[in-house]
Amino acid sequence: MDNERSNNILSDLTGLAKFTGRVVHHLINPPFENREMLKQSYFIGYKTLPLIAVTAFILGLVLTLQSRPVLVDFGAETLLPGMISVSIVREIGPVVTALICAGKIGSGIGAELGSMKVTEQIDAMEVSGTNPMKFLVATRVVATTLMLPILVFFADAISFIGSFIAVNLHGDISARLFLTDAFTPLHFYDLIPATIKSFFFGFAIGVIGCYKGYTAGFGTEAVGRAANSAVVVASVAIFVIDMLVVQLQHSMEALQF
Amino acid sequence: MVRLEHLNKTFQDNEVLKDVNLSIPRGENAVIIGQSGIGKSVLIKCMVRLLEPDAGLIEILGEEVTRLEEEKLNALRKKIGFLFQGNALYDSMSVRENLEFPLVRNNMAGTKKDLEHKVLEALDNVGLRKTIDMMPSELSGGMKKRIGLARTLILKPEIILYDEPTTGLDPITSKEISNLIISLQQQYHTTSIIITHDISCVEITANKIHVLKDGILYASGRYEEMKQSNDPWIYNFFN
Repeated sequence: MDNERSNNILSDLTGLAKFTGRVVHHLINPPFENREMLKQSYFIGYKTLPLIAVTAFILGLVLTLQSRPVLVDFGAETLLPGMISVSIVREIGPVVTALICAGKIGSGIGAELGSMKVTEQIDAMEVSGTNPMKFLVATRVVATTLMLPILVFFADAISFIGSFIAVNLHGDISARLFLTDAFTPLHFYDLIPATIKSFFFGFAIGVIGCYKGYTAGFGTEAVGRAANSAVVVASVAIFVIDMLVVQLQHSMEALQF
Repeated sequence: MVRLEHLNKTFQDNEVLKDVNLSIPRGENAVIIGQSGIGKSVLIKCMVRLLEPDAGLIEILGEEVTRLEEEKLNALRKKIGFLFQGNALYDSMSVRENLEFPLVRNNMAGTKKDLEHKVLEALDNVGLRKTIDMMPSELSGGMKKRIGLARTLILKPEIILYDEPTTGLDPITSKEISNLIISLQQQYHTTSIIITHDISCVEITANKIHVLKDGILYASGRYEEMKQSNDPWIYNFFN
């Protein structure tokens, strides 16, 4: 049983690697489906904004409220905006946004393509002379890859608003002072790893969602399975990518790049 | 027009098509019948390379399908219509968008007026002009089948492959679809390959019947010949 499970995981990983290769091939070779890519960017980016806004606002608020008592005990309350901004920009903003997108976008892509596969819509597209890898897959992968960093910036900004409100629940601090305190410990190079990993998160969510949908089996049950495993695998991938980028970042800092 | 030689297709240990040889001349309505799960759909999916055959030759309109590069394969696919068993209408698009899609994708749309004209003409052919702005989820099974047929015909293919065109329909709608296949075939002078196990559809549409059994073409003939066959399996299937 364990051997069978290991074989399944291995064959799934091999399939995913081959699929990623095909996606990259279609991403770099014309013709490009720009119109469909813009349409997908609108759905993936704009339509996810409200969910990201609500979550990011609550995240900033709660993180500040939870962190405050410890800093007050050490008499370091003034460090609160800086600590929150570093946590959000470096780590929590990108990871939480990516996890939310894995849940909303990854499952959506998995279910949509899974349903199209089960009802032979992908085959119909192929026999009518349209390459579904280009039209359905490449466009969605580009859209998730480009939209995720934008959503992360947006989430970071909204979290700051939540944090500012939380700080003002226990005191009186102007927006200008809050922003000064928040941005002082932040450096430009804090943004670089966060942005780079956001691109990778977006790519992983798009590729995994498409792979799971595209390789869904038969019947309605397969659609549910595709959506579910798209979320699970993409979530794990996000943590693995995060770990690798953080390790890389630390190694480069140690080498004083 | 369509020639298959020694076609072979296996799924894991299951040898679905063993050694299929078939020739269909231009203008013929060929019906391929056989029990469920025998590999009829696999056969026509191999013809358009939705499935890759393991061995054998597939020649359609003078082109050897299995050796074609993607670009040439897509050019050939424009000349082959495929009506899927479950219609395969794009459920995120309206009926209009479903019909426009193949035209736009193959640069055959022309002006906006031409595109509208082609869509309306296709809908008139299947008697469903009023559904133009409806979504597939709002259509009945028979209507979906007709819209699927309209989408298949919109590129004016030379060959149409029908995968179980009457499955899941009531006898009256099933007969209507079978008659529609015949009238459209006469109007557009297409060659048709129809996969079915609906005997009434066979009776209405078939010029020639090919029986697929145990992975090979077991028998061929006209409807009357099949109905009076001395072979007990064929006789039972048709009676």
